[in-house]
Amino acid sequence: MSDMIKITVDDKELEVAAGTMLIEVTDAVGIHVPRFCYHKKLSVAANCRMCLVEVEKAPKPMPACATPVNEGMKVWTRSEKALSAQKDTMEFLLINHPLDCPICDQGGECELQDLSMGFGGSSSSYQEIKRVVVDKDIGELVSTEMTRCIQCTRCIRFGEEIAGMRELGATGRGDRMEIGTFVEKSLSSELSGNIIDICPVGALTARPSRYNSRAWEMMQSPSIAPHDSVGSNVNLHTFKGNLVRVVAGENEAINECWISDRDRFSYQGVNAEDRVKSPMIKQNGIWKKVDWNEALESVAEKLKSVDPDDVGVLASPQATIEELYLLQKSMRAIGVKNIDHRLRQTDFNDQESMGLFPWLGMSITDIEQQNAILLVGSNVRKEQPLLNHRIRNAVIKNNAKVMTVNSFEIDFNYDVESQNISSPQEIVNTLAGIAKASISLSKAKVPAGLSDLLKSVRANSDGKAIAENLKNAENSVVFLGGLSVQHPNYSTLRALAAVISENTGATLGYLAESANTVGAWLAGVVPHREEAGIVSKNVSSSKAGKNTVEMIMNPSKVYVLLDVEPEFDCDDPQLAQQAMDAAECVISISPFADANMLTNADIILPSACYSETSGTYVNAEGVWQSFRAAAKSSSDVRPAWKILRVLGNKLGIDGFDYVSSTDVRDELKVACDTVSSVSNHFEISGIYIAPEKQDGLQRIGAVAEFCGDSVQRRATALQKSAPEQEVVQLNSAEVQRLSLQDTVENSSLVTVAQGNEKLSMPVLVNDLIPDGCVLIASGTQSSSELGSAFGNIEITS
Amino acid sequence: MASTPNVLSKHERDDIDHWLKRYPEDQSQSALLAALRAVMHEDHYLSIEKMDAVADYLSLPKITVYEVASFYSMYEMDEKAAGKNTIAVCTNVSCMLNGSDKIVEHIEEKLGIKMGETTPDGEFFFKIEEECLAACCGAPMMQVNHVYHENLTPEKVDEILESVKTKPSLHKKEANNG
Repeated sequence: MSDMIKITVDDKELEVAAGTMLIEVTDAVGIHVPRFCYHKKLSVAANCRMCLVEVEKAPKPMPACATPVNEGMKVWTRSEKALSAQKDTMEFLLINHPLDCPICDQGGECELQDLSMGFGGSSSSYQEIKRVVVDKDIGELVSTEMTRCIQCTRCIRFGEEIAGMRELGATGRGDRMEIGTFVEKSLSSELSGNIIDICPVGALTARPSRYNSRAWEMMQSPSIAPHDSVGSNVNLHTFKGNLVRVVAGENEAINECWISDRDRFSYQGVNAEDRVKSPMIKQNGIWKKVDWNEALESVAEKLKSVDPDDVGVLASPQATIEELYLLQKSMRAIGVKNIDHRLRQTDFNDQESMGLFPWLGMSITDIEQQNAILLVGSNVRKEQPLLNHRIRNAVIKNNAKVMTVNSFEIDFNYDVESQNISSPQEIVNTLAGIAKASISLSKAKVPAGLSDLLKSVRANSDGKAIAENLKNAENSVVFLGGLSVQHPNYSTLRALAAVISENTGATLGYLAESANTVGAWLAGVVPHREEAGIVSKNVSSSKAGKNTVEMIMNPSKVYVLLDVEPEFDCDDPQLAQQAMDAAECVISISPFADANMLTNADIILPSACYSETSGTYVNAEGVWQSFRAAAKSSSDVRPAWKILRVLGNKLGIDGFDYVSSTDVRDELKVACDTVSSVSNHFEISGIYIAPEKQDGLQRIGAVAEFCGDSVQRRATALQKSAPEQEVVQLNSAEVQRLSLQDTVENSSLVTVAQGNEKLSMPVLVNDLIPDGCVLIASGTQSSSELGSAFGNIEITS
Repeated sequence: MASTPNVLSKHERDDIDHWLKRYPEDQSQSALLAALRAVMHEDHYLSIEKMDAVADYLSLPKITVYEVASFYSMYEMDEKAAGKNTIAVCTNVSCMLNGSDKIVEHIEEKLGIKMGETTPDGEFFFKIEEECLAACCGAPMMQVNHVYHENLTPEKVDEILESVKTKPSLHKKEANNG
């Protein structure tokens, strides 16, 4: 692309692209130039002056981060002139720095400390009083010690350029300049924790792990983030075997060098108080600690004693692929067919037409190449923050047009073309309008299965504009998000999305919900397919097992739960609870047992958390990423794959003699590799209907930001940082209609009634919610007492 | 979110609109200095509420407004500074050599306040001026509101302060008569 030129750095000849900055060149060839403000992912500020180097014919040393290379340029990074400039800069930077390294969390992993060792002097000419900056309270996640700040402005640039919301700034001037929010305010970006990683000093450190341990006492192990389908690379830090901190790992094709706050701070959940430490069996209502042999014997006995059709198996899509595969293999081996991981899905109408797994439709980096993106029922900013980051890049780099069809407006951190907001039932019609417009655009035939539905809707101008934007774009995509999957008419939404994609040339993609949703499909944890999508005689259409809803509506005698807390993880907590109550025996393989679990379960097999086991997650784009155990679990806790392997032996199943988790993974991988290609394409063959008109207030039960799985629900700092998870949100017109003005004004509680339960909750007026609807997030403490995420709900003062 | 009804007065909005016209449409940040000046004219200081309103009006992040407001010494962010008239005496080198200390002392005595304070009747705010106001040839000097006054003596200071004070007292008379 650009011309190559020759330059000399430290007497080494290099051929480099013209116009690149000197520091990029030196970094690429491994010549280290000290720096504080420069960061490869951020714009160049050149304000710390630490990267000064000697350049031939330049009268003064030049900052390597802001000096473009030129033909014939001669540079010395370690000459006397360069070193003395760096040493002087260091002295200036340390003038106001408190040098409180012994009590600083950054000590031992501090860029300022390292560079002052390497490039600083041993004494300072500055004898006067150092300035002190008052610390700021910027929320539960990031702790500040602003006197240590050297004003590199990385955190400010991060906010503007990556997080897409400027929350931190530099106020005041000269020696009174301070970094902060100016008014007291908690950071609200879902990526805010990254400023901890990029802060070169101890000014911004992780609040939950503050003063826990020193950097050199911790062990670092690479791992994969377990809370969304991005598969972000992380580094787990352990101290004396305990997981005490998580920082970002680097993978340019996946998360670059950023991670979401959820992935950074969820680790606290691992050390929750209700971790189970040994196998337990309930006898006559009293819990008894037992050894593994006894526990597994009784599980095997129980499973052998009942009709396999009376067993229901529910698995968390956060479990590793090894765990999911062994669960599926062992259960199917004893004839159990009722197995599912789609805990929040309620419409399984056309499950046969699903591809091998809900695929993103492209690689994560390809998202940045899109010119038009339609998000259907997705709060991508909270659900997959780093996919949202890629969409943001598409908007910034290609002026991509982002359009949404959703049940509530989203505060995006980039400009969007249009947000089409309506009640959950109405979004089917909105999408149908777009589908109809796309069909007339391409002069195609209406698929028979959709003809009734499409007849009843009109393609309005908004729908036409969306269809045209998708069609006219060079690269376009329709993404189905988490709210679509939860929707009572998911299959209709999916069919309509497929029609739109077909008629506009847009790719159809799924924003899979959990870290291993894709892996669960591959492992065969669905009632109608075995591993690698195999439809054997055992599971073919008439013989397919029960899906989650069927398992819960018609209670099974025995349930096997793999890291599932039914009242939090299932669509309808009330029904799930009834099913657990009605069961003869509930076997829970889980790291945790809260009060509800102790009531519901009869046998608890304590399993390791993601940080304590080796395993593999498959991300939304279908990339397999394996990780190893980083932390030690309590002595009687076992990785779930080992529990299931031994259970397989106790059940007398052949081929359960795996030595390591990699054996399990490799067996599945071989099976998956035989499948030729992944595609989201499907022929519309079934009949798809519009939802029935419903009167009355409708609930929108999107999953709360930090409530998607058992670990994050227990992460105390994250929970404290998001109090809005446990409130009822409705718009001001609805407040009037329901005569709740007084209640809102006095900040008193409202009564929420769904199904047979009533409870009191605080209210938040949010005009981003459509008329006739109320947002009560799923997965939360309060929603665990309510009914389905969608449907009628009553709110009274 | 946009529920704050017109925190900015009509006059302030008109003033900002006037400046906005001078810059390209996507460069509303260019009008920020002028917008803050408009608020200063009206309130004599910048409240957080008004700064937030300016941010909303110009579609800028709030912190951007705080940064600019706290950078320039011509903006006051302290409510105490909301005096009708702002006095700023230069105390930099040239003025100091020519007796600015005496001028400061005189004003402090006359108004009964220290630098950085406002008279109890809200008439005068005596600003701490940090930087040279570029009128060294007329040292010692001060700026009252927007006007430079050079070659100061205590008597001249009295005259100037009296002259700016007259207008509000006229208002008062009118008010009493009415």
